[in-house]
Amino acid sequence: MDDLLGEFLTETAEGLATLDVELVRLEQNPNDPRLLGNIFRIVHTIKGTCGFLSLPRLEAVAHASENVLGRIRDGELVVTPIAISLILESLDRIKMLLAALEATEAEPAGDDAGLIEQLNILAEAKSPVVPPPAAAPLPVPRVEVLPVAAARTEPAAPVPERIVPAAAEAPVEAAAELKESAIAASNIRVNVDLLEKLMTMVSELVLTRNQLMQILRSQKDSEFAVSLQRLSHVTTELQEGVMKTRMQPIGNAWAKLPRLVRDLSLELGKKIDLQMKGAETELDRQVLELIKDPLTHMVRNSGDHGIEKPAERVLAGKPDTGTIMLNAYHEGGHIIIEIGDDGQGLATDKIRAKVLSNALASEAELAQMTDPQIYQFIFKPGFSTAAAITSVSGRGVGMDVVKTNIEKIGGTIELKSHFGRGSTFVIKIPLTLAIVSALIVECAGERFAIPQISVVELVRAAPGTETQIERLNGTPVLRLRNRLLPLVSLEQLLRLERPDAAAVETFIVVTQVGNYSFGIIVDRVFDTEEIVVKPVSLILRNITMFSGNTILGDGTVIMILDPNGIAAATGELTVPDSQALELAAKNSVRGPQRTSLLLFRAGAGGPKAVPLALVARLEEIDRAEIEYANDKPVTQYRGKLMPLVTIEGAGPIPPDGRQPILVFSDRNRSMGLLVDEIIDIVEEVLKVELGSERPGLVGSAIIAGKATDLIDAGHYLTEAFGDWFELARDTDPGGADRAKRVLLIDDSPFFRNLLTPLLAVAGYDVSAVESAGRALDLQEAGEEFDVIISDIEMPGMDGFEFAETIRSAGKWRDTPMVALSSHATPQDLDRGREVGFTDYIAKFDRDALLSTLLATFNSQRGAA
Amino acid sequence: MSRQIVPAAAGTALGVRKGGRAAVQPQSLDYVSILVADQLFGIPVLQVQDVLGPQRITRVPLAPPEVAGSLNLRGRIVTAIDLRTRLGLPERSEGAGSMSVVVDHGGESYSLLVDNVGEVLSLSTATLERNPATLEACWREVSVGIHRLEAGLLILLDVGRVLDFAGRIDAA
Repeated sequence: MDDLLGEFLTETAEGLATLDVELVRLEQNPNDPRLLGNIFRIVHTIKGTCGFLSLPRLEAVAHASENVLGRIRDGELVVTPIAISLILESLDRIKMLLAALEATEAEPAGDDAGLIEQLNILAEAKSPVVPPPAAAPLPVPRVEVLPVAAARTEPAAPVPERIVPAAAEAPVEAAAELKESAIAASNIRVNVDLLEKLMTMVSELVLTRNQLMQILRSQKDSEFAVSLQRLSHVTTELQEGVMKTRMQPIGNAWAKLPRLVRDLSLELGKKIDLQMKGAETELDRQVLELIKDPLTHMVRNSGDHGIEKPAERVLAGKPDTGTIMLNAYHEGGHIIIEIGDDGQGLATDKIRAKVLSNALASEAELAQMTDPQIYQFIFKPGFSTAAAITSVSGRGVGMDVVKTNIEKIGGTIELKSHFGRGSTFVIKIPLTLAIVSALIVECAGERFAIPQISVVELVRAAPGTETQIERLNGTPVLRLRNRLLPLVSLEQLLRLERPDAAAVETFIVVTQVGNYSFGIIVDRVFDTEEIVVKPVSLILRNITMFSGNTILGDGTVIMILDPNGIAAATGELTVPDSQALELAAKNSVRGPQRTSLLLFRAGAGGPKAVPLALVARLEEIDRAEIEYANDKPVTQYRGKLMPLVTIEGAGPIPPDGRQPILVFSDRNRSMGLLVDEIIDIVEEVLKVELGSERPGLVGSAIIAGKATDLIDAGHYLTEAFGDWFELARDTDPGGADRAKRVLLIDDSPFFRNLLTPLLAVAGYDVSAVESAGRALDLQEAGEEFDVIISDIEMPGMDGFEFAETIRSAGKWRDTPMVALSSHATPQDLDRGREVGFTDYIAKFDRDALLSTLLATFNSQRGAA
Repeated sequence: MSRQIVPAAAGTALGVRKGGRAAVQPQSLDYVSILVADQLFGIPVLQVQDVLGPQRITRVPLAPPEVAGSLNLRGRIVTAIDLRTRLGLPERSEGAGSMSVVVDHGGESYSLLVDNVGEVLSLSTATLERNPATLEACWREVSVGIHRLEAGLLILLDVGRVLDFAGRIDAA
């Protein structure tokens, strides 16, 4: 393609994207002269360039829209929805022409007379309803332009002394362009292909670096050690830098949405307000491209199915304008995107009827299903409950496609819905697709990679022990913590041939896909490795068991297993069952709640335990990799320095050998706790028998039949990072009589897991949930609590709204509520009291939390 | 990485690729000659990217039988097709090394496993004959024609058709 044309297309496409957003804003603030100036300038530029490149059709449309805009800008026309619609329509026409231009390098044949005539009628309708605000003729500044030729040595031709700008907009334009060129100077356009190529090269460099480091490790006192270390650091930085060039704010994928929602609300006669939070959150452009369409589809769905008509909303006691809320944020190496609306929520009866009419499940089966299970049906192919297919939804793209697309990039999608209060989709996707962490396993002499994101845990199975593979009619299963886990033999699944039938060790990789857990039987498990995912060649693309292939540090090619494909191949039919079981388990567990605990040995004394949920990863490093910074042990972990702490009362770190580490992570920080040996993972009712005065211990409990010290992760976190949270000393043994029931609501799993044992030690019976919505579910389920502790900053319904909801009606109207917040301003405190919180305390002040709870109960007792 | 180029072929292959001599003289085309089970085959030199010695190949489970596996070509993953299996010939005897001829097809690279690689031959269309009607179907499918050479007969391979066995697999 002609360079000039290519440049024009890129530039115009950018201009048009901005225009869409700006026009919708203009409709809301019709008198913003800056906005108008901007819009006018973009259309003007398009028109000008078209003329220059001799694209008459494009020029005519742009010219007609410019006329209308010019009259609006001059205050001779009022901004009306009709006018904006017409201009948007002409922009669409321009886009259509551009698309044809890009494909064929020529303007398509056709005629825009109708559109142009409408635009002209609008432009000529002299209706200066609003007195022109800035119509007072500004004195036209005379710009003196010194001809360049004058500076040259030969002043041959007579040159005009002055050039008067033809139109008054020149100064405005000049100013705008000046500002822009300053930005342009610090930015350059780079072809995406080049970035892709760079990324591939860097990925190769990383692999080669890993290979070199592997060789280095096997050699002692190599003279290359120092230079290789440096090479390694530079490579890591280069990798991060190149990754950054591929990052784009998610706002880019949202740019079309205001326009979409606007058109939607006009078409459907609804009032919809689109709110977008976290538009600056960045993610890999490849991921961005892949989620663009699913996001658009879901927003369209929310507007079409979710939000009710104004009259219905008013009847339901809601404001007539519905809200669609987009929220994006980072959480632990992932991007979370929420798409929520305050509409009618999912109607389970409609879904039921549709399920029955499509024969997806029988009435008996449906009767046993919980609401969340019924919601899952909307992800099935060909499922739309919209009674009438509008031009908006029902275009053959369903939620099943959305789900497949998201799963394709290793993401997950979850749905929460409250009838009459709206629904929210929560999408979790990896930051980048280029490099993933994978577990390397071996089966029948072949090695495979399993993406770490789907691996839940590893179990070593041996006959005659508690963890042994049992068979049901030949199908292998495993009893795992009182649940039956379906197993898949990789050997059979991939039809591998085992060279000798010798008995081998057996490991089970417990894998999770959506809500479905299963185990993959393999022979051996190696390390985890950072791998660069490469697509498999076309010939092999129909094998659904693999999501790609990669080259390992030692140069061998290895296939990457696709847990989704394996789940599909082994019959995901079990999904509703296992879900039901899980839900049943969750519901019946109220009362004594079971906690997964990690048992380990460290320092003197008996076994020690920590809630498994607090541990981010279990790692084993070479002790030679422990370095010292500021006299404290640290290690390089995933490109960062991670502080290491030893357990209270442990001896010095031995100089060599392998060192097991428990890694604790929160936000971007990680800390490693050095232990001697990891014993087991057990699920127990956590009942702390003895409190402890020793720092670093919460207390002691009977776990797996042995007296076990429960360590206080908080203490060690503080030791690693003084500011992790305010150090607080041990607890006040509270509630002497009947255990008080406490409901804890916090969106951070970290704090839920931190506070639950703390409160349990203090003698409370704790139920922890991750959102206000879940808490309301419990209320509907008829649960009762003595006190509710709620976080304030939560996605979706925040703490204030939650308190208002609770206080307005329902059984929990009189339950005392305590607010938790990481930053408490006086205004927050006042607002908290206003909406009905009994008390308001800082999140990290554990003493204050316990004393407040005590005070709350005492005052209750006094009142009773 | 053990990268071997047969000396006789190396210079010519590179020379031709750069100069594009084939375009000047349409009657005479250059082919890389390969040997599979003592039969001589020819692949258009312009389609050949690389000639490699024995490689470590990773098997791909569930792949069609013709796919020998994947190999690492200087950081790129290339799918290897065993020409013996593709042509319905018996497997290579134990210990007999194979050579890889890396070809480009539809923007992707594939490696053809052959017994040996010979010289680059410049063949005139004058010696080209059509496939004999009696040739076995799976050979006729991949053969463009037969060149009568002094040393013996050379079968011209159509790389596209050599790689197009997925359809046959699906149909079976």
